[in-house]
Amino acid sequence: MTVAPTSAQFKTNAHEALGDARLQRALPHSRNFIGRRAAAVARLPEFEALRDSARDIKNHTLAHLDLYLEAYERKVREAGGHVHYALTAKQANDIILDLCRERGAKSVTKGKSMISEEIGLNAALEAAGIEAVETDLGEYIIQLRGEAPSHIIAPAIHVTKQDIEADFRRVHLDLPRDRDLSQPEQLLGEARGILRSKFLAADIGVTGANFLIAETGTSIIVTNEGNGDLTQLLPSVHIVIASLEKIVPTLEDASQLLRVLARSATGQDMSVYTTLSTGPRRPDDPDGPEEYHVVLLDNGRSSMLGGEFEEMLRCIRCGACMNHCPVYHAVGGHAYGWVYPGPMGAVLTPSLIGVAEGGQLPNASTFCGRCESVCPVRIPLPKLMRHWREREFERHLSPRLARYGLGVWAFFAKRAALYRLSTDLAMRALHLIGRGKGRFASLPLAGGWTKYRDLPAPQGATFQSQWRAKSGKVK
Amino acid sequence: MSARETIFESIRRALNVSGNEAPRRMAVDDRLARAPKGVIPSRGGGDAAMRLDVFKAEAMRAQASVAEVARYDDAPAEIARYLRENNLPATLRMGGDKRLTEMPWSGTLIEISHGPSDGHDLNGVSAAFGAVAETGTLALASGADNPTTLNFLPDNHIVVLAASEIGADYESVWSRLREVYGKGAMPRTLNFITGPSRSADIEQTLLLGAHGPRRLHIVLVAEA
Repeated sequence: MTVAPTSAQFKTNAHEALGDARLQRALPHSRNFIGRRAAAVARLPEFEALRDSARDIKNHTLAHLDLYLEAYERKVREAGGHVHYALTAKQANDIILDLCRERGAKSVTKGKSMISEEIGLNAALEAAGIEAVETDLGEYIIQLRGEAPSHIIAPAIHVTKQDIEADFRRVHLDLPRDRDLSQPEQLLGEARGILRSKFLAADIGVTGANFLIAETGTSIIVTNEGNGDLTQLLPSVHIVIASLEKIVPTLEDASQLLRVLARSATGQDMSVYTTLSTGPRRPDDPDGPEEYHVVLLDNGRSSMLGGEFEEMLRCIRCGACMNHCPVYHAVGGHAYGWVYPGPMGAVLTPSLIGVAEGGQLPNASTFCGRCESVCPVRIPLPKLMRHWREREFERHLSPRLARYGLGVWAFFAKRAALYRLSTDLAMRALHLIGRGKGRFASLPLAGGWTKYRDLPAPQGATFQSQWRAKSGKVK
Repeated sequence: MSARETIFESIRRALNVSGNEAPRRMAVDDRLARAPKGVIPSRGGGDAAMRLDVFKAEAMRAQASVAEVARYDDAPAEIARYLRENNLPATLRMGGDKRLTEMPWSGTLIEISHGPSDGHDLNGVSAAFGAVAETGTLALASGADNPTTLNFLPDNHIVVLAASEIGADYESVWSRLREVYGKGAMPRTLNFITGPSRSADIEQTLLLGAHGPRRLHIVLVAEA
């Protein structure tokens, strides 16, 4: 499912999400990840050292990306596989469509892949008359709903079980009306049955990759369901679609990253299946694909190297940043308007689709810093969001009122005596006016705040004046 | 210019390199050759007995069941017990691994078939390439001995594992792979398996048996 980006309307999207009662019932599930991650981290004393190690591996690889790519493609070819390069989303789709057409493929099963979402592969396949079947349970559910994922590892986290039952009854036409589908177990059983036949019938399997290993020409996928594994095992052709920065040098480097991936994502020590694939079926193999292709996608990433957003290329798509983000918890993933939500999406989206379209997203942060504090590869997400805000301001893309307000604030802030005088006066005045109720239900120029909650009345002195009164000393 | 050339040019422009710098090439060749290990959690370490204990505890934490037998020859009776006690039919599919095929199956009532799975087998058995104590993880290598389809398609997956093959960490599996397949080479598929298949995609409710096996039973062979 590709959707035209609506990231530019983040504010409207967020308002709608806040008012969507059904969504608000589903969203608290996204907070479950916090405790699970914390428990997994608490069981592993080496976790912080592993985060450093993961960061360093990614930095080293990015600094030598051209050479590791050369080594990787050499090893894929040695193992009998093929490597294709795609500069853009369209090129990637065209490569996959050509592979499908040349082989007369009618049905393609898919493992969960954010790159596939990024390039809009399902829409491209369907436009060419090829059935595309998402096999991850969450992806399958949102495919039936015609939606984009709202979370990078839990794509259907915004959907309730009642919604899923309704979707299954709408699409699975053989389903008896009296069959009980009220419980998650029954819904899973229904999906397992339907998808098992799709797995066995598919002509081509498309998966993403969590890592690509230069040392061996191996692609790694990580799943809990086993869906990606069946996708790449059963059809006669396996196509891997991955972006350039998924490369890591060695098996040892991959296991460093695996140790932080699942813990940061779901709070598991290890996902159920970590599958390493190297080339097609060997002469004495009784199963496995006869062809193995890798499509390496750039789509704007090579130009992020060496720049102020390079650190974003360390991202291993665990979702910890959104799992810990108060803004994500409040509005969910769809409000971000494109493929990648949450803090990582707020940084990556403007890089990939442009600051004019995605520049609103970096404003969707209080800079509380939780994302950076849990990021397994230590991406300084608040700093990167701030870089985008600066660019947005420099390019005059921020709303006029915001620019005007910042201008007024800057006028005072640059004049220390005037700033102190005016804030002192303002705080005293607000203290006097508000001392009766202790709060304001409405206030001129602060309607945006008081529309949703009261503003507490100030205590009468500014922080600076209290600081001075204590001679800058802290007890 | 091809997409490949454009991408390499773009990467090299951004990194401000030509690709021919000797120190960069040496750094890459050296890392690929040496494969430095990084941070290894101490959890899986210790002697063989400790590794066995940690492996069992971690595998059970991931909802696998574990049984121990003394010798390979004792495995069929344990597997027959497992199938019986879980009310499963006495059928079992396996590949050509001698560790499995040479077991005394005739002492059980299990009906054995051989080869990869076509999706209609209820029970499959594999012999593990190795295992990792750190997270209770099995390592299975593809091939005629242990077809990969048996790891995913049957409802119930039984894995026979020699206790002596439990390594402390994933890195021990990488070393074994290099010994068996050669440096830089791999089996077509290597599966790390930690517990039975699951999904939490419906309202974050954890359910076992998503697309892969609903049950994972590990038979540890102590004296092998």
